[in-house]
Amino acid sequence: MEKFTKLAAIAAPIMRQNIDTDMVIRVERLRDLPPEKLGPYAFESWRYKPDGSEAPEFVLNRPPYRDAKVILAADNFGCGSSREAAVWSLFAFGIRCVIAPSFGPIFYNNCFQNGLLPVALPLEVIEELVAEVEASQGTGKVSIDLEACTVTSPSGKVTSFKIDPLRREALLSGQDQIEQTRGREKEIAAFEQGDRQRFPWLYQSA
Amino acid sequence: MAGRTLFDKIWDRHVIQELGGGYALMHVSRHLMHDGGAAALERNRKKGYKVRDTALTFATMDHAVSTEPGRTAATRSQFVARLDSMREECKLAGVRLFDIGEPGQGIIHVIGPELGATLPGTFLVCGDSHTCTHGGMGCIAFGIGSSEVSHVLATQSLVQRRPQTMRATFDGTLAPGVRAKDLILYLIGQIGTAGGTGYALEYAGSAIRSLPVEGRLTLCNLSIEAGAKIGFVAPDETTYAFLKGRPFAPKGEMWDKAVADWRTLPSDPDAVFDREVKIDVARIAPQITWGTSPEHVVAVTERIPDPKSVADPDKQRAMQAALDYMGLKAGAPIAGTPVDWVFIGSCTNSRLSDIQEAAALAKGRKVAAGVTAWVVPGSETIKRQAEAEGLDRVLTEAGFQWREPGCSMCLAFNGDRVPPGKRSVSTSNRNFVGRQGPGARTHLASPAMAAAAALTGTISDVRSL
Repeated sequence: MEKFTKLAAIAAPIMRQNIDTDMVIRVERLRDLPPEKLGPYAFESWRYKPDGSEAPEFVLNRPPYRDAKVILAADNFGCGSSREAAVWSLFAFGIRCVIAPSFGPIFYNNCFQNGLLPVALPLEVIEELVAEVEASQGTGKVSIDLEACTVTSPSGKVTSFKIDPLRREALLSGQDQIEQTRGREKEIAAFEQGDRQRFPWLYQSA
Repeated sequence: MAGRTLFDKIWDRHVIQELGGGYALMHVSRHLMHDGGAAALERNRKKGYKVRDTALTFATMDHAVSTEPGRTAATRSQFVARLDSMREECKLAGVRLFDIGEPGQGIIHVIGPELGATLPGTFLVCGDSHTCTHGGMGCIAFGIGSSEVSHVLATQSLVQRRPQTMRATFDGTLAPGVRAKDLILYLIGQIGTAGGTGYALEYAGSAIRSLPVEGRLTLCNLSIEAGAKIGFVAPDETTYAFLKGRPFAPKGEMWDKAVADWRTLPSDPDAVFDREVKIDVARIAPQITWGTSPEHVVAVTERIPDPKSVADPDKQRAMQAALDYMGLKAGAPIAGTPVDWVFIGSCTNSRLSDIQEAAALAKGRKVAAGVTAWVVPGSETIKRQAEAEGLDRVLTEAGFQWREPGCSMCLAFNGDRVPPGKRSVSTSNRNFVGRQGPGARTHLASPAMAAAAALTGTISDVRSL
């Protein structure tokens, strides 16, 4: 998994509440495409007109937001379906960080499996970031420092954010969680042995 | 010391190792898979990771399967490769698969309880957000992403953070025509789609105790639409009566042992929750959504809300956008809105009692002219039971289409779609923009309300039929 340490990048405001994962990636795209090819389909129904041409007013089609690596969003970003392709499509587009007041819980977990940092900040702080970004016609960069757990606005205003230490560590090191858990084989095996004795009926479904 | 919640009791017994900061390595006692799981199985096979415990893993086909009457393995040819890949990967990994045409096949959140694979007290996961449905059996169940599916397959465990606890207490008696679906839609209308975020949500109270298991599954199914990826109901005699004798439920002496254990699970009377919500059920009328989020919901007797009635400008914008998409006017009564499509199905409402309810209303009536109405049973077993009761004939004589089991038009993955601009009353769980197909306009409701819409051609109060 790609590490996340620091980033200073163009930030695209998509300030709608309840952006669900169906909006991020349409269900039709889950059938054939591998994760790395999903970039062109992120926010597909907003990015393209019915005839397939780009919708010029959508923020990610406008320079400099086309090069955004950060999304600024409103409450409950990534709610809905568990489809990890929502994260994959954002990542393939180039997004490395989403800043929102709250996230759908499964999307939030999926981010950490893929090197994408979800940052929860109060709505007022995000609205200030949006105001600064828009005042700079999008060219003002938003900086995220995961080691210091800070977000810095284009004008230099610093806000701290909270993130679980375990998740932070995993992103900073880019470690593979499966390999890490496989390293706990002894604990898992001991648990399983005890569990079979305590709750034998759970294991009778073979 | 304060008493423990049901959630605490189940969570604690699955902790393999505390990892600090509220995180733990959790043992997964049931892993359910649908046809989207082939990619994770393949990825793991290529890395040399075996499925750690195939006895705890159950798989079926639901998202990509055709629901066309008389379907074969070749129907909807664009999905054949995906389904074949699931068959192949399950075979290579030794994972039992309930395939098309055999009892056991169906929507994963329908067949888990139906097979007795879903048991009280378990820690159950599946790569689908509506896994919370299984909480209706008295277990901790939640949806995970594809990477987490790989992790569970390889290690039979998952790294998770312990959520806070919330209790929604529904007291009182359900009014005629009010069902589990109405209770949960009403709750979401009250607390919003992020109201349960960060919580494991226990449903309690006299109204919940009186619900049959199928209603509890419906209730828990929409937990994720309230923001809670985990929702559950304490197991009780209703649960045990439902489970006893099911193919994978414990048998004989083991059954008695299991029930004795399950009786210790409910929350202690002095247990403390981080958040409490109380609902007076007597106030709840049949519900129907008007917008593009499950929180956009009203009683069928109410008017479509005016965005100007809310203070929050973001919410106002979202409401106006929803009205525009749905082609509705603020202030108009929701009842009487003409309907083009009706879908009775999905992991929310495709169980036998849902179909019985639709059939009871359909008997001696006809689907209104211009309405296409589908009934998609949740599993092969339900389909056969319904046919044995003659419900398929009642429904088809009334003009409903009787189809094969699968997820179908809930998410429109398999090609089952509501056409652009058409208005659908659906028993599923998401009325998101484009969820039932690009441009489709979805109103969520109970099976009774959906049947009423099909028979009258408009959104109608089922109590007036």
